[in-house]
Amino acid sequence: MVRADEEGKNNLKTTETLADNLKYLVVGMLMGIVFVKSEIISWFRIQEMFRLQSFHMYGVIGTAVVVATIGTLLIKKFNIKTIYGEPVVFGIRPFDKGNIIGGLIFGFGWALTGACPGPMYALTGSGFYVFIVALLSAFLGTYVYGTFRDKLPH
Amino acid sequence: MRLPKLKIMLELLKQPWHWSIAGLLIGLTVPLLYVIGNKPFGISSSFRHMCAACLPSSASYFKYDWKNEKWNLFLIAGVVLGAAFAANVLGNTEPIKIADTTRAQLSQLNITDFKGLDPTDIFSFSGLLTLRGFIMIVVGGFLVGFGTRYAGGCTSGHSITGISNFQVSSIVATICFMIGGFIMTNLLLPFILKL
Repeated sequence: MVRADEEGKNNLKTTETLADNLKYLVVGMLMGIVFVKSEIISWFRIQEMFRLQSFHMYGVIGTAVVVATIGTLLIKKFNIKTIYGEPVVFGIRPFDKGNIIGGLIFGFGWALTGACPGPMYALTGSGFYVFIVALLSAFLGTYVYGTFRDKLPH
Repeated sequence: MRLPKLKIMLELLKQPWHWSIAGLLIGLTVPLLYVIGNKPFGISSSFRHMCAACLPSSASYFKYDWKNEKWNLFLIAGVVLGAAFAANVLGNTEPIKIADTTRAQLSQLNITDFKGLDPTDIFSFSGLLTLRGFIMIVVGGFLVGFGTRYAGGCTSGHSITGISNFQVSSIVATICFMIGGFIMTNLLLPFILKL
């Protein structure tokens, strides 16, 4: 069974054209710039974080969570619609054992590569081309997960 | 004179950005994506779309209309382009300033290159051919791909978007991301880096 409310799911009913999709390209570009300029894609910054030797990463993620929470609450409170006039959908992902087991496994990989998925793309763009190999390996990891999903505890 | 002002702006942009600026901009992405297209922010789902689009599979996990999710592929294409722009046009000319204790400890673990965002001892094609480089890039990448999808999201989907929506699953997942990272960094990585 595939959970319909997973992260990254498109909840828009209106069909978007290729030109409409360019706005996500622009948002992605801004994020890529922020990722590089704030050095959060750096393996050193991740090492500092997991060694509790710097506040930098905690500051970035903490601020992002606070800002995102305020933004989300404002959308809910004032019932703000999308630019297409549709109400915003907030799917809830129910808890399962995968959050724990998969979470730990991702944590191992995050500390090894020094990058979560967004930074893996950003590192490739910034000139660390060996991250193409890390990304291909990540696709393989997802492929293996998807193939054996039914046999894994959830 | 306008030109000197522009120059000062560019110099400011070239310096590393403060964590609060980065946190603010990344946080704003969440409501922005909701409003411009009813999209919950998340990046690791792109791994799934890549598999569904490019690889043959009979698994139900890859049987869905990935084309309806192509916005996510535009987003990651943007991340690659934006990062290339930032590194080449707005690149910081000074070496990265990391904590002295981190630098000292990593030096003892055979890291020698502290100039860029990542040490080229490991994260380069010659580093990939070493045992520790292979483990960190290939095995590490695999664990990111396997783990994020098993957990149902990554730092963006769970730790930022999920927590901002008060999801219990996202809080649990984030705690587990951190526990995994602490274990790997402090207990296992010291041995791997010495290989």
